[in-house]
Amino acid sequence: MCRRTLRTVLAATARSAVVACVAASLAGPAWAAGTVKIGFVTFLSGPAAGPFGIPSENAANLVIDAINKGSLPAPYHKKGLAGAKIEPVFIDESGSTTQVVENFRNLVQQRHVDAVVGYVSSGSCLAVAPVAEQLKALTVFFDCGTPRIFEDHAYHYVFRTAATATMDNVGAARYLAKEYPQAKTYAGINQNYAWGQDSWRDFNASMKAIEPGSKATAVLWPKLFSGQYGSEISTLLIQKQAVVYSSLWGGDLTAFLEQAAARNLPKLSRFVLTTGETHMFTFAKHVPDGSILGARGPYGVYARKTRLNNWFRAAYEKRFGAAPIYPSYHMAQAILGLKAAYDKGERNARMFPSQADVIKALTHLKYAGFGDRVDMALGKGHQAVTAMALGTYEYNAKTRKPEMTKVVYFAPWCVNPPPGVKAAAWIAGGFKGAKCR
Amino acid sequence: MTTAVAILVDGSIYSSWLFLVALGLTLTFGVMRILNVAHGNFYAVGAYAAASAVGAYFASGWFASGVYLAMAGAAAVAGLVLGYVLERGVLRFMYGRDEVIILLVTYAVFLILDDLMLLLWGANSYDAYQPDVLLGTTTIDSLPYPNYDLSLIATAAIIGLLLFWTLNRTRRGKMLLAVIHDREMSTFLGIDVARVFTVTFTLGTLLGALGGALTAPIISVQPGIGAEVIVLAFAVVAIGGMGSIAGALAGSLAAGFAHAAAVHLFPQGALFMIYALMCLVLILRPQGLFGRPAPRKI
Repeated sequence: MCRRTLRTVLAATARSAVVACVAASLAGPAWAAGTVKIGFVTFLSGPAAGPFGIPSENAANLVIDAINKGSLPAPYHKKGLAGAKIEPVFIDESGSTTQVVENFRNLVQQRHVDAVVGYVSSGSCLAVAPVAEQLKALTVFFDCGTPRIFEDHAYHYVFRTAATATMDNVGAARYLAKEYPQAKTYAGINQNYAWGQDSWRDFNASMKAIEPGSKATAVLWPKLFSGQYGSEISTLLIQKQAVVYSSLWGGDLTAFLEQAAARNLPKLSRFVLTTGETHMFTFAKHVPDGSILGARGPYGVYARKTRLNNWFRAAYEKRFGAAPIYPSYHMAQAILGLKAAYDKGERNARMFPSQADVIKALTHLKYAGFGDRVDMALGKGHQAVTAMALGTYEYNAKTRKPEMTKVVYFAPWCVNPPPGVKAAAWIAGGFKGAKCR
Repeated sequence: MTTAVAILVDGSIYSSWLFLVALGLTLTFGVMRILNVAHGNFYAVGAYAAASAVGAYFASGWFASGVYLAMAGAAAVAGLVLGYVLERGVLRFMYGRDEVIILLVTYAVFLILDDLMLLLWGANSYDAYQPDVLLGTTTIDSLPYPNYDLSLIATAAIIGLLLFWTLNRTRRGKMLLAVIHDREMSTFLGIDVARVFTVTFTLGTLLGALGGALTAPIISVQPGIGAEVIVLAFAVVAIGGMGSIAGALAGSLAAGFAHAAAVHLFPQGALFMIYALMCLVLILRPQGLFGRPAPRKI
């Protein structure tokens, strides 16, 4: 009796299981209705909110909405991440590094996000990377520039979809040599933290390698968010260098430009501003004519006219009433990277991709961004390289619009070190293996 | 030679700015024993009010030189209202409590003001450079300096002297000094200490706001400027001695010249020079250069 009952129960269970499987396969991918919860971390308050945080938050909202609606141009026209809607959770990057790490832990452990996209500050990225690895949390850095992250460590769960600051600075030195070869003396004014220090190290070494006769006359290290540069500008006026190089950003850059203009420094020296593109529209009159402006890649005014970029620019301008600047492009590029990885992971796994599938798909991925193609070629496939663009700024008094002249695009392997080679060693070794044509 | 002159002029300008920023903070501490973290945001409110006033003033098309009055007026109104409301609405309920509790309350006020400013003025930076450009430049030993920056030295001197005169030559000022020296004895002598507190806190807020307004034309007014300033102001006040006006002056001069000299002669050390000086002073004289050791009352 008991045996017969057991057989009946087993048979019924097996039948139910088969029916369930068949029904599931007929209904299509079961994961399509789900959501992917992503934590977005950027500056929503503090001095970096205006120039970086808000433009990147705006871009995230724009691209997330488009992905969820399936309204992005090809090849990203398929709805969602592998069919699943993105559920964003925005948090503020402001605060001490300890707070930033604590907030990251909360995102992963309390709010259970599937991935984190974030971080403008190089200090934040350096602090978060080992914690992400420890928590096994898929983390995509979208903007921070220090090359140390993947040069000093190998990470499995951490990616960066923007190129490092090395590219900006090698590009700036190459641009100077190409367009203004007579500029042989230069000085640097950079914030005294990872971003400023790494930027100056790479620019200075690149100048020495490209223009062996060139000389750094002054190296100045104001505090981050110092806002007052009276003594620094006096030093630059005394040194009378041909070029003033700076990786200052945000309000620090605005204040420096205003104070330098009031003391006629731009008449003495040409400015090289690696983040200058962020200021060319909002502070058009403060950027000195003849300044060389970077956009940390071919973004903003340097972005090529592709279908993807045309859509992004038009949609961004329509929704936010301003042109997207490079932090917007960086954020959008990171989200596209995740979408490309989820979709590829789904195709490979033939089911909704697991975290391991997404990581595998994102490693060494090559994909189209809004500004340029992205190649996850460095850091064992976790660090992006892109092309680089620079130009010379002129304010057109007739049209009352800022313009870029003498725009030069550098190929990715002209301004980024080859895989496995540290930036400093590559520059000091005379850019061995660089492909500039 | 040029470098020495540059250190002298840059140091003087930077010291003047530090003095303007630290004055209100040290006054509030001297009278009320309140370590006011929110002071940085009084500076920020003043800077935002001045930047908005500059924008509105130039949009109105009135004669350009009137902008200085508009800046100062906007910051003064903002400072007076904010100071009075905060003292009457929040701080008076905290008097008599532990100094750490009051410190935490001012920190809470700081955070609230930070968010309120973000709500009112948004995350983008404000530009109020016109008053700086309007006054032209003066060349000192081949280096051009904006007259506006040089005028900060005179402004700081006038405000400092005015405060010194008020405190030492007027009846109300002497009452305030009496409260600084001994709060309990002042109460016994019939001084309305509660009123002195209201006046002092409002005056401290006004000075903070004016400091921000005077700085607005030379910086980018943006979220977070209050936090940057309060750290520096605390360092200056710690060097000079908490609660001492003369100490604020000495601390500003020491910090300002140390910073200028470091930028010109040892740029790598500019970041920590003021804090290194603060550590040195606190090791040798824990009460600061002009501070008095406080006897513990049993």
